[in-house]
Amino acid sequence: MASKTANPSTVPFADAPINASLTGEQKIDLLRTMVRIRRFEQTSLKYYHDGHIGGFLHLYIGQESVAVGSISLLGEHDHVITAYRDHGHALSVGMGMDECMAELFGKKTGCSKGKGGSMHYFAPDKNYWGGHGIVGGQTPLGAGLAFALKYKGLKGCCLCYLGDGAINQGAFHEALNLASLWDLPVVYIIENNGYSMGTSQARSSAFPKEGLAARAEGYNMAWAKIEGVSLYEIRAGVQEAVARAHNESKPTMLEIMTYRHKGHSVADANAEKYRTKEEIQRYMNEHDPIEFWKNVLIGEGVITEDDYKAINKEAGAEAEASAAFAIKSPYPDESEIFDDIYWEVDNHTEAGRTGRHFFHG
Amino acid sequence: MPREITYREALREGLDEEIARDENVCLMGEEVAQYNGAYKVTEGLWKKWGDKRIIDAPISEAGFIGMGIGASMLGIRPVMELMFYSFAYVAFDQMMNNAATCRYMSGGLINCPIVVRGPANGGTNVGATHSHTPENIFANMPGLKVVTPSNPYDAKGLIKSAIRDNDPVYFMESTVLYGMTGLVPSNDELEGGELIVPIGKAKVAREGSDLTLIAHGRAVVTSLAAAEILGAQHGISVEVVDLRSIRPLDEETIMESVRKTHRAIYVEENKPFCGVGAQISSMIMEQAFDDLDAPVLRITSADAPAFYSPPIEKLQLPNADEIVARALTIC
Repeated sequence: MASKTANPSTVPFADAPINASLTGEQKIDLLRTMVRIRRFEQTSLKYYHDGHIGGFLHLYIGQESVAVGSISLLGEHDHVITAYRDHGHALSVGMGMDECMAELFGKKTGCSKGKGGSMHYFAPDKNYWGGHGIVGGQTPLGAGLAFALKYKGLKGCCLCYLGDGAINQGAFHEALNLASLWDLPVVYIIENNGYSMGTSQARSSAFPKEGLAARAEGYNMAWAKIEGVSLYEIRAGVQEAVARAHNESKPTMLEIMTYRHKGHSVADANAEKYRTKEEIQRYMNEHDPIEFWKNVLIGEGVITEDDYKAINKEAGAEAEASAAFAIKSPYPDESEIFDDIYWEVDNHTEAGRTGRHFFHG
Repeated sequence: MPREITYREALREGLDEEIARDENVCLMGEEVAQYNGAYKVTEGLWKKWGDKRIIDAPISEAGFIGMGIGASMLGIRPVMELMFYSFAYVAFDQMMNNAATCRYMSGGLINCPIVVRGPANGGTNVGATHSHTPENIFANMPGLKVVTPSNPYDAKGLIKSAIRDNDPVYFMESTVLYGMTGLVPSNDELEGGELIVPIGKAKVAREGSDLTLIAHGRAVVTSLAAAEILGAQHGISVEVVDLRSIRPLDEETIMESVRKTHRAIYVEENKPFCGVGAQISSMIMEQAFDDLDAPVLRITSADAPAFYSPPIEKLQLPNADEIVARALTIC
């Protein structure tokens, strides 16, 4: 377990080339993105309890370093796809708080026009392909994005995230086989927070003592296990996998150890029953990636405590402003129910006008 | 001169032409490349186009179909073969959740221009697991298109339309029809130089005035045979409407025919409960009630899993004699 305070001279992986080249401003940006994710989600939780948000809300609090660290490595032809705990990845790829918050509120101004909700954020213009609700269902899609890159001869990769609960889905194993068999430039990132909903890893998964990612051995695929509290360690580990995808067109399976401070979703009534309060508190104290990174940057002299407070305050204000934006935004019109189902219908093509497409009423 | 070619050859020509037309079109599936296709639909295409365009997939339907869906989001247009459409059930989550709903849940930011094709029929003594007819199941899902060609001409024209379509098209063929021959014009005798059949346009396969048989897929062939008997032996003039696609649906052609003949029977090899005929007969009842002189009947497969024993399985599927007998009850 990483300590709460970090001494710059002893922070592991700080001198990895991918980290050594970071400017102070870039390091602050990474901190700002993590803080923005947290403030966004804390604000969303407040409005969820106030009844403004329906359905599920799977919070990423405690895991922010995974998305922020790995996505910070990506370039023009690199793509991202994840499961339903998707707010952190969305803000990391550059989606705005307004469109993300409005989506939670079910508003027309939401990133998916109010049609997807918390679990289904998308931004193809930012190479972000969701936001997928079925556990493991996104893993063949991630292989497909990588397939498309290879087919088109582009030097890029797909980071495909999944939780530790998804590793037992059949579709994931099929995707692993295809990725290795066809040398697809995909990086599967297992965000291991220890629990598939309320079932611990020990009660859900059979795996070698080296860890979940060691299952990759069976598919002749490279793998690594990474401690997830430090952006330095995440960036150093993921960079190796990205380089393998870019330079060799080979897949990798990474397991990043992390912890969710909250329940599986806000509706998880047993969040403090299948885990002890002591365990949760221990991780909050010792495995908070924001606290860790803040201390790294203070230790390096990149920021002061006051700078951090300013970043935090600014992010909180941005989150509150996004909630205000969501509240004042209109709900979708009833007429929009039949938009965005068929591309050909939406685009008024000959095919879209031929035959009856909808059968209600 | 139109040539007489098989349904299988017609499909292959359509695939070949689309691979040549668009570099993003590729075929993938089990045994489609080096083995030349389990039913030889793709025979010769791997030799002609090579590994990049014609891809042998492992037996892994959820994996490779999901992979194709993901690739289509970035502009690849994969045509994926299911050796049997029954295997769609192994890939159901990918086909129903990912292909059908990503567009909606992204507010229209994504589209999945995929084709999933393969034979969806019973009648070949392969038991229940290989004899499913899921056209009604997939047509139930908004966002999907379901196409069911009944003859070589349509097979070629519709597969080309399916590949060009920017939405997911589930293209259901029949192993029983693969060897069927029919007239298909060569490109040099066609205006525009190619054969395109639009999705969503039904065809009046035979004109008549006393009764309309509406059908899709191989049931069109059975209906045409029944129409011959009804005309020759009973003096009943039968019109046969071939839907060609179930979703989108050409309801105008159906209603126009029913308003002319005043009697309708839906014939399909699908199961009866919530089958395609249930939908169509409900629509006829709502839209053409006053034009009907008799209740709309439905002739389907027996409401049981496919029987292996060859002589018994034959009795499970609609045949011309059954159609004739049922027609005589309302004519």
